[in-house]
Amino acid sequence: MSSFAATLIASLLIAPGDVVVRGDLVHTVSGPAIADGYVLIRDGDIAAVGRADELVLDGDERVHHARIVTPGLVDARGTVGLTGQYNIPHDQDMLEGSKPMQPQLRAIDAYNPQERLVEWVRGFGTTTVHTGHAPGALISGRTFIVKTAGDTVNDAVLVPDAMVSCTLGPAAQKKDGSPGNRSKGIAMLRQKLMDAQHWVREGALPEEEVGAEDGKRDGPRKRDLEMEALAGVLDRQMPLLVYANRAQDIANAVRLAQEFGIAMVLDGGAESYMVLDELKAAGVPVLTHPPMIRMYEERQNAAFTTPAKLADAGIPMAIQTGYESYVPKVRVLVFEAGHAAAHGLGFERALKACTLDAARILGIDDRVGSIEPGKDADLALWDGDPFEWTSHCTGVYIDGKAYDASDCMDGAS
Amino acid sequence: MSLIALCLAATLAGDPTLYTNAHLIPVTAPDISEGEMLIADGMIVALGPAGSLDVDRDAVAIVDCQGGTIMPGLICTHSHIGGWGGGDRSGPIQPETRIMDAIDVSDPGFRRAVAGGLTTLNIMPGSGHLSSGQTLYVKLRGGDTIDDLFILDGDDRPMGGLKMANGTNPQGGSGFPGTRGKSAALVRQAFLDAQHYLDQQARTADDPAKAPKRDLRLETLGEVLQGKRTVHHHTHRHDDIMTVLRLADEFGFEVVLHHVSDGWKVADEIAAAGAPCSIIVVDSPGGKQEAIDLSFRTGRILADAGVQIAYHTDDWITDSRYFLRSPALGMRAGLDRETALRSVTINAAEMLDVEDRTGSLEPGKDADFVLLDGDPFSSYTKVLGTWVEGDRVFNRAEPDDLLAATGGFGAGNATRPYMCCQEHHHTGGAQ
Repeated sequence: MSSFAATLIASLLIAPGDVVVRGDLVHTVSGPAIADGYVLIRDGDIAAVGRADELVLDGDERVHHARIVTPGLVDARGTVGLTGQYNIPHDQDMLEGSKPMQPQLRAIDAYNPQERLVEWVRGFGTTTVHTGHAPGALISGRTFIVKTAGDTVNDAVLVPDAMVSCTLGPAAQKKDGSPGNRSKGIAMLRQKLMDAQHWVREGALPEEEVGAEDGKRDGPRKRDLEMEALAGVLDRQMPLLVYANRAQDIANAVRLAQEFGIAMVLDGGAESYMVLDELKAAGVPVLTHPPMIRMYEERQNAAFTTPAKLADAGIPMAIQTGYESYVPKVRVLVFEAGHAAAHGLGFERALKACTLDAARILGIDDRVGSIEPGKDADLALWDGDPFEWTSHCTGVYIDGKAYDASDCMDGAS
Repeated sequence: MSLIALCLAATLAGDPTLYTNAHLIPVTAPDISEGEMLIADGMIVALGPAGSLDVDRDAVAIVDCQGGTIMPGLICTHSHIGGWGGGDRSGPIQPETRIMDAIDVSDPGFRRAVAGGLTTLNIMPGSGHLSSGQTLYVKLRGGDTIDDLFILDGDDRPMGGLKMANGTNPQGGSGFPGTRGKSAALVRQAFLDAQHYLDQQARTADDPAKAPKRDLRLETLGEVLQGKRTVHHHTHRHDDIMTVLRLADEFGFEVVLHHVSDGWKVADEIAAAGAPCSIIVVDSPGGKQEAIDLSFRTGRILADAGVQIAYHTDDWITDSRYFLRSPALGMRAGLDRETALRSVTINAAEMLDVEDRTGSLEPGKDADFVLLDGDPFSSYTKVLGTWVEGDRVFNRAEPDDLLAATGGFGAGNATRPYMCCQEHHHTGGAQ
């Protein structure tokens, strides 16, 4: 591996504009950590990775040194950019209360790349976020995946439509027109998915067979954003991201997914450790709630140890920052992953749960999540164990561009 | 595992017990890397390097801590566990209400607090009032009633302060102020009324028949004016902090400034006023406009200016089980280690006027201490045991205690605080 990299770098020849990031320890995540390693960045991508003693520098390249280098962190699910720091209507776009089910709402139309909290999380090593409409409506909208950089959303977007966000349990029962209990919530979801199935079937029929004679249809069918979004779920182009915490809600979600043959990703999952066999059998990955989430009501049985239990069971798992209506308006991913590391998950698996495993579940592991040649040059640099409270993120690269990301970044001097 | 089993072997509080083979962090004295500590009758008798204590080792129970770290029990100057209470929505100034009349001691928050190494708390009503009522200082002894947790003063009265708040949380709603100017005017008038009440009492001291009718509200504010009750004041924005200092100066009351999100902007002014600060740390700034400049650097900047600092959980805002994260994040932004240690022990004790009893490992103080399996400020460190007045109140080796420490099925549904302002405004809440 390392000799291959050395050959590669010799054949590439270091070019003007190349950047070399050297680390006392480079956690590639996809392979073993490299002591005294380097990452060669060219044209926004990782061109080579290896041991620094195999690297021949010619003095023209820029060299950035750090004690610890990790892949840029990937937040498996949050709401940053749709939620802003002020917590006033002007900067809160994560929930739309006008109807209980609105899969046509797209995060890309609501995300503010210049929100200060986006810069805040980047300062703690997060380079990619799966963000979007929050739990809180039966179907709250669609999520998307974005880098924590760029002046416009077009500069930053990685996946414009990622998943359809759905909520089971009491969190979906708060707004007008919302279900009043669990049974009603599931009934409404099933009916909506059946409506979508019918809409798909109808669209596949020749025009003359669909009511052309009674005037219902004349020419191509009118488009329907809501149905189109759900059709994407039904044909497994987009997973259904189901926020559920109690074991019974998780079981309901699995039953729903199986009835309609849809790909499901579990969001939250406070009691997921009680249904490990069921989740594993159904092949459901879990974007587990922030380990430090507040414990009350449907989250009263949440545990610091849930990520470890999911990982022990072999269930694909990644750590998310979730959604807070009050404070902290955004959680810091590296703190949450560190808490999981300290409670049974351990360093290696915790790092994976906020990088490569998150990227795999999100379907973006060809681009991000590990330090490998050919991937986007998204790196986080640290002055110690990233999971220690007293360490710092000392810099971040996104698509090869360096950001001054000394953490604790704020107005205070 | 053996370390836990040995070190947490059952001991009776009254029996002399020697805790050996521990890294001792007395806080008010240099660390003792290989030390021992003698406890008897719930008090610290002596501590020193291994083998240095003059004690008949056959006559005491010996607990081998196997290299664990012992530090003073943690003190949280601002907690909301056990339910809320205090004032209702009938008016903005309700010093007559007592949080002690509203606390559920069976709330799982208490078990989580000892799992986090906390031994002393200031339990407060919320910030949705200019004054939401009397706070209560408690020792986490365990107990069936709140009375079992009281810290009694020299007159055998439960100790506590008075919660006050300014900024946006107490604003809005019928009968409540709508602006900062009105808030300050209401508070000023209330203290003037209390001054008048005290004056009437003094003038009729020789003739009890003419004494004013007892008024719980004015009596409590009178205790504040007489220096018998500390004001614990929620305040975020720099100008709100200055308003608190102005009122404290005008009426001569003792105040601890709480949260102080903008404290770093007026550090010199806070230092000049001699007001201690108890700081909130959450992951990110904002959540409401007045906390927009919240900074991890606040602790360092205030300490550099000469302000006495503590951190607090504001539990349920942050969970007591990772209280040590708050001073650690202060260190991340430059706070020195010694101040970080003091901020959750002796400094906090001084803010609650209990520094003669707890807050450091010193002979003659209550045996309130924590056993850790590593450095206090490492994210990987666990609390192995917590002792209050010599009694072990948390033992990570016990399944029930472990459940409280890590969470899980049956760990319990903590009382969710009422969010003071969320119904009235889009923003607001406990912090």
